[in-house]
Amino acid sequence: MERIPILRMGNTLLVTIQVDMQDQTALALQDDLAGRIAQTGASGVMIDISALEIVDSFVGRMLTSISGIARILSATTVVVGMQPAVAITLVELGLSLEGVRTALDVERGMALLAKVRQEVALGR
Amino acid sequence: MSAGYWSGVETFLRLPARKEVRFTGHLALRCLSRAARQTNGTIEYFVYPTAGGPLINLQACLTTQKEAMQRETQALFEVLQKEEAAVIEAWLDESKATEPGMRRAMQTDATELMGLLRSALRAGADPARFDAGEWQDLRLALAALSKSRAAQGQTAGETSAFVLALKKPLFAKVQEELRQRPEDLAPTLWFLSTTVDRLAQHTASTFQQAREDIIRRQQEELLELSTPVVKLWEGVLAVPMIGVLDSSRTQMVMEALLQQIVETGSELAIIDITGVPTVDTLVAQHLLKTVAAIRLMGADCIISGIRPQIAQTIVHLGIDLQGVNTKATLADALALALRKSGWRVVKEA
Repeated sequence: MERIPILRMGNTLLVTIQVDMQDQTALALQDDLAGRIAQTGASGVMIDISALEIVDSFVGRMLTSISGIARILSATTVVVGMQPAVAITLVELGLSLEGVRTALDVERGMALLAKVRQEVALGR
Repeated sequence: MSAGYWSGVETFLRLPARKEVRFTGHLALRCLSRAARQTNGTIEYFVYPTAGGPLINLQACLTTQKEAMQRETQALFEVLQKEEAAVIEAWLDESKATEPGMRRAMQTDATELMGLLRSALRAGADPARFDAGEWQDLRLALAALSKSRAAQGQTAGETSAFVLALKKPLFAKVQEELRQRPEDLAPTLWFLSTTVDRLAQHTASTFQQAREDIIRRQQEELLELSTPVVKLWEGVLAVPMIGVLDSSRTQMVMEALLQQIVETGSELAIIDITGVPTVDTLVAQHLLKTVAAIRLMGADCIISGIRPQIAQTIVHLGIDLQGVNTKATLADALALALRKSGWRVVKEA
């Protein structure tokens, strides 16, 4: 089974999904991420799905649950680079990814994480 | 009751379903309204006789069917061959083509159709099976005729009337031709009548098809025209929605807008609904879907152009627009967009 690599960039964990997600891969990613966040104490998780063209409700739910898990471990999750077709599919599936932050690309995602960190530091 | 002598009373005839049955002779005129019911490989024909009708040998009718069929076709074919020019003249007169230019155009059509009808008859075409191969060329010619007439803006009635106008001159000629053989007259006329009716029917249906094609094309063009995505400012896109919002429109707008967001990297989209006449729950649902998709992409959305009546309707319907930025005018929305993206517009002096 393929595993999706998790890269660490300073205080942020970067996940780039470049293959079509199988349910098993998604579950493994969720496991790995939870472990890595706890281990590194990262404050931000960025998931880049710009190469993802096919999405189902399971993957949609996985994004929401990763975000939830990360929040409990005091990290912010940003999903970046969602393709229009994927966005439309998720909306049609009735998944609006409540509580998941989104950004257009990695750069803007980084800026968003920086802003969130600043807010947290200021105690807001 | 099987095929046999028909006694002249209202009755059912039960005949094998596989067998091609055509009633000819005296029966032909009386079996016009028949209810066919298929049971275990047989068809029941309900036959109405007229009072005091003569005895008819059905078996004979069935066996001579093929021959009689040919005789009808033959008679019509001969008339067409002999009297073609005269029939076309009478046809054009009948369809009231008086203006010389129009008459010439119609004459070309008429000559072509006549030639094709002749070759169809020569191939032994049967109007009861109009989708058979013998009629192929004539069908195509009629479809082309309907198409060009539809493009010229004529009505379906005018077009099928043109084809039906063939009936009267042919009737006259056939009557003349068969004066010596009255026993062939009725079946030939019936054959002729069915044929012309089939032609007219086909013309009308292809005409409708042609019109529907035109309408569909226009609808598609309208859809594409009505969904421009404009760039208002660096990082700010706007879609002025005009007309009634239905699923397909919303889908197109959503796709175009999301695509533009990706291409331009804009973080803000303004959906202006000034041109949307009414907002009901369905329209609101479409709007909310679009907003959700834009958010998923990582951009934000402002809805503008909400008129006072529409604001009232939205509240009365209990539509929840919480969490969606809404503004009364596009100008307000642009001002908000600029402020959000860190611009400040200052008036000089």
